[in-house]
Amino acid sequence: MDKLGIYAVPIMILLILLFGMIRRVPVFDAFVEGAKEGLASSFSILPTLVGLIMAVTMLKASGALDMIASFLAPVAQLLGLPANVMPLALIKPISGSGATALLTQIFESSGPDSFAGRVASVMAGSTETTFYCIAVYYGAVGIKKTRHTIPAALTADFAAFVIAALSVRYFFGG
Amino acid sequence: MTNEVENLLNKVWAGMILISIFCALATGRMPQLSDAVLAGAGNAAELVLGMLGMMCAWTGLMKIADAGGLTSLLARVLAPVLRRLFPAYPPESPAAKAVCMNITANLLGLGNAATPMGIAAMKEMQKNNTDVKTANNSMVMFVVLNTASLQLIPTFMGTLRANYGAAAPFDILPAVWITSILSLAVGLLAAKLLEGRKVG
Repeated sequence: MDKLGIYAVPIMILLILLFGMIRRVPVFDAFVEGAKEGLASSFSILPTLVGLIMAVTMLKASGALDMIASFLAPVAQLLGLPANVMPLALIKPISGSGATALLTQIFESSGPDSFAGRVASVMAGSTETTFYCIAVYYGAVGIKKTRHTIPAALTADFAAFVIAALSVRYFFGG
Repeated sequence: MTNEVENLLNKVWAGMILISIFCALATGRMPQLSDAVLAGAGNAAELVLGMLGMMCAWTGLMKIADAGGLTSLLARVLAPVLRRLFPAYPPESPAAKAVCMNITANLLGLGNAATPMGIAAMKEMQKNNTDVKTANNSMVMFVVLNTASLQLIPTFMGTLRANYGAAAPFDILPAVWITSILSLAVGLLAAKLLEGRKVG
């Protein structure tokens, strides 16, 4: 597992670069063009992140975040999740930046390589902002009745949260 | 629908701040709370700046892959799988093609490209929809596919973990893949099972 962590990034870069060269892409030009898009999208999430990180830092400082986590601790235990990732599970389907804000809080208090830090990373990395997605796609074509979309999508999110803890336990122990 | 989600987020955000203030009042943590306001806003800016270089590097690399035609190459590989999920649309139909391109862009983490293609797919599916206000089974399947994360390399997550000092930020990849695949399977199965029932 350690090996994969070390080799994953260089191998990915090597494969992408070789692929680009074989397909005769002007690789550096393409890189710069893509990096510009990354710059623009990073700056465009800044205002949302300021709002949500501020709110989450306030929740933490006031003691409310820990209260919410301990209130949800029995549910967390039932699902095999660390208690402090429960607020993340609640916000992830609604707001991507809200999830990022809570992740930074978990990384700060438990560390990214702790059990909670890894479970939180896998939870957030293997789900999307469900309600935002539903709103964008149905909103674009004027659909009002989404039928079984929300139950099915939330079932998938719920499964992801439980499986995240199981898979981190399987790969890293804990 | 879009308004409802924005409304929800407005309420959640206001709720978080109001709860914090009342909770700090009750527990006597006002000094910490007022520090948190300043620190929180500053942290967000630091975080984005700290991740800026890596995020640019990733989007730059993915652009090389995209410019080399990896998106359309992957789309060809995926076509047979998607045909089973969307039996109403033959592989050569514009709807099936748009679905395929959207899924591939999602796999590569090209979020900016994925959304317009997804909207194009929804518009194609809307054309032969019997009731334009109600989602048909293919649309539900498609949206559920999109609400599950398909991204092969969660670059944002890796960068965020690196920013907080993770020893090997991408060591979570196998766990992410397994969790994504299994939860996607659960979602698609749920969508399939609920098709016959009248919900909402």
